[in-house]
Formats: sequence, structure tokens, C-alpha cells
Amino acid sequence: MAGLELLSDQGYRIDGRRAGELRKIQARMGVFAQADGSAYIEQGNTKALAVVYGPHEIRGSRSRALPDRALVNCQYSSATFSTGERKRRPHGDRKSCEMGLQLRQTFEAAILTKLHPRSQIDIYVQVLQADGGTYAACVNAATLAVMDAGIPMRDFVCACSAGFVDGTALADLSHVEEAAGGPQLALALLPASGQIALLEMDARLHEDHLEQVLEAAAQAARDVHTLLDQVVRQHVQEASILLGD
Amino acid sequence: MKETPLSNCERRFLLRAIEEKKRLDGRQTYDYRNIRISFGTDYGCCIVELGKTRVLGQVSCELVSPKLNRATEGILFFNLELSQMAAPAFEPGRQSDLLVKLNRLLERCLRNSKCIDTESLCVIAGEKVWQIRVDLHLLNHDGNIIDAASIAAIVALCHFRRPDVSVQGEEVTLYTPEERDPVPLSIHHMPICVSFAFFQKGTYLLVDPSEREERVMDGLLVIAMNKHREICTIQSSGGIMLLKDQVSALTSVPVRTGHFSEVFKDYLVTKRH
Repeated sequence: MAGLELLSDQGYRIDGRRAGELRKIQARMGVFAQADGSAYIEQGNTKALAVVYGPHEIRGSRSRALPDRALVNCQYSSATFSTGERKRRPHGDRKSCEMGLQLRQTFEAAILTKLHPRSQIDIYVQVLQADGGTYAACVNAATLAVMDAGIPMRDFVCACSAGFVDGTALADLSHVEEAAGGPQLALALLPASGQIALLEMDARLHEDHLEQVLEAAAQAARDVHTLLDQVVRQHVQEASILLGD
Repeated sequence: MKETPLSNCERRFLLRAIEEKKRLDGRQTYDYRNIRISFGTDYGCCIVELGKTRVLGQVSCELVSPKLNRATEGILFFNLELSQMAAPAFEPGRQSDLLVKLNRLLERCLRNSKCIDTESLCVIAGEKVWQIRVDLHLLNHDGNIIDAASIAAIVALCHFRRPDVSVQGEEVTLYTPEERDPVPLSIHHMPICVSFAFFQKGTYLLVDPSEREERVMDGLLVIAMNKHREICTIQSSGGIMLLKDQVSALTSVPVRTGHFSEVFKDYLVTKRH
């Protein structure tokens, strides 16, 4: 870590961004014809793909069916070539299980599950290239995919990561900044109401700085929302042109 | 065995009581249950009782080769097991979600916050390092497993002594406890988890939920802090939707964990003498 300056004196980070600046986000909806909903997102160098199937009948044991709402099933998989060193287990290890559980928690809160009792909604997320902020990219991709599938949600779910270096809160951490070992916060937000669907923080952060980091992450999530909103509108416009309306 | 379902009237009773700021065991909103820590005969063995929730922690060590990308650091491994005696619902095949969640939270709280100095566990860089393994077993489930487990883990690590080693060139000599006194681990700080349970869509909250309260809660927020008021981990779970201000306000509550660290230090000091 010696010699690696995460924030220069002029306020520039390693990749030339400012403290509160997001990486370039490019997203596409409807990438797969087979699935009910799909989306692809690139946040800087982090690339994630999300596919949604549903709502459909519960697969496997009928006993898992909930009588008043839909079951949300999330699976996270990160490709073996996604990280610098080849990963041996793409899914099934603890971190992937935990990510799947967190995604499920996030989307169970956002999707209007009461409208589809006794059914199941599957969300599969695949990370193709991991350069920091994988949870955020997964949530953003999954939001677009759920929208593409036409499943009703309370609001967009926008996520972003944030860190804290030299008294400044950084938004949207890249892999180098995450690996440096400082505090990292991942936040999933419903922008209209400001409600937090998921909050996760690692490493030591003094409680006086928490407010600052939370605000940076929330602002970044709101910026992501603006971008995703544009993507959805453009997709709908393109689709309606093709339909000849 | 499937968990016995909670009857609707019991659920309503609990929620009504919480609305009137009453808890079944008479505690206040921010009250913790009694914590009792007892030590076993070995170094690194402790049993923590948080009310009726009981966790057994055991630390052991072994000399192994280090990980390739971290050649000068020791390895810390945490394993929490939900024993079948803890609750009828815990069966070998059924617990995976809860188990993954708890294990990952413990790992993040204790490993990512760097509470143990892993560089001091290195014996020969690139060849031999200490692997410290913390095994936690839940013996009785009466709510709030994560708090009890985090206390058990950190107390067991503080209590543990590893054998002394000396390195002469390439040769490593491992001394038995009779030859040289075992050496304690170097611990930077003691993070302790505090759980907040939310009810009625985030309107009411309780600290240290008991098992019944956990059944009716909407979600849980776990904040791990240490004596220096540094937040080591925050994890929200369940379907609760929080507001930013709520989270910031909650971090002032675990300042009482500063009190916990003192209590533990007293326990450990009396044990040493």
C-alpha cells in the first residue's frame, strides 16, 4: 500500500475522478430474447449481466409456496475470468451465497410480491468482469432486468459503493480502492422515498464520519437513478418505434 | 423438524406490547440481557451466555503454508455451527441461509476489521504461518445469535495463547507449554456486534431481540463497534426499509459497547490471576 495514493492533493483519484464522481455507466435492456427480462450494465470496468424469469409456478417443492406473495429467488455467479486471478469456484462458495441472499433481500423489499401469490420470480446475476462495486452493478443490472420483465416494483433500486480516504468520502470504488483496505459501504436505495433497502459496511470507520459516507453513497445512488431512468426511457422509445406506434 | 408456527394471537400480543413499549421479559428498549462469560480449562475456550442464548467458542492454532497472495500474513478462520441441540428447527440440511449469513457477518466483523494482527502470526515469510481457527457452536437459541457469537469469538481470541516459536535461519523450533510460556495473540481492538430489531415497518426498534421478538420482527440491523467508537461492520437484513437519519442515530447506542470492552477486560484480567 505504500506509494499508492488514493486521493491526490488536488483531489483526484487514481483513475482521475473526483471524490464524488461515478464511473461511466452504460446499460442495455432486453439483451436476451429467451428470458422474460434481461439487462447488461457496465460501470467503469465492472460488467454485470442480469436475467429474470417470472413470475411463474414454483419449481421444486410446492411447500415453499407462500400463500400471499411471490417467492424471490436470486443467484449470484461470478465468472472464473472475472477477477485478476482465476477463480476456482464460480458459485456455491460462501461469498456467492451471501451475495445471493443480499440480492434477494433487496428485491423482496422492492418488488410488489403481493400481486403474485404462490409464484416464483428468479433473478440470475452473472458478473463478467469485477473491478470493484460488484454488488452495486448487480443490483443495478437486476433492477433493469426486472423492469424489462414487466414485474411491478415500488421504485428503481439503485446501488452504489462508497469509501473514506483522508477525511473525504469517495463514491463508486474501483477494485484498487477496495483492495487498499479502507472502509467500504454498499448501499441500495429506492430514490423517490430515500429508503434504504440494504446497507452493508466493512472495515473500521469512526462513527463521526458515517454520516458523510452515507450521504456520498446516497447521492451517488441518486445519480445512478438518473442514468438508469434515461436508459429505460430510451429502451421504451426504441421498442415503440419498432412496433410502429 | 419444521419450526412450530407462531400463532396469530401471540404475534398480535407481542406487537401490541412492543407498541406500548413493553417487552416480555420486562426490559427497556435499549436494555441488554445479562451476559455471563465462563472459561474452560484450555486457553481459548469460553462459553458466553446472553440471557439464555449460549455459545461455546474454541480457538486453536496450527502451522501451515500461507496463502499465495498474502505470504507474510497468518490465516484467520471462523466457523459458526448451529448445533441441533440449540433449537428443534436446526437440522443438518435446513439451515444453510441463516448459517451463511451469520458466518459471513462474523468473518467481516472480525477479519475485515483487522482486529487481530495477522502479520505477527508469520513465522517464516512465504513458508510457515500460524492459522488461527475459531470454532463457535450455538448451544441454545434464545434470540440474537450474532451478538453472542461475536462476543464469544473475541473473548476466546483474547484468552487464547499460542505456543512460542523461535526461528534460527531455516529451522523452526516449536516449544511446548512446559518449555516456554505460550504467547497471547496481538489484538488491536475488540469489535462487538449489537443487533437492532425493527417492528411495524421500522417504527419501533428493540436492542437484543429474544427469540419470540425475532419471530415477529420485520428486519434486523447489526452494527459492530469497538471501544474507540469506530464502526467495524454494519449489516441490514430482512425487508426493513430504513432512512439515512435512522441509521446515523443508531450508531450512538452502541457506545455502551465501550462498557462491554471494559467488562471483558476485567474478566480476562481476573482469569489471568
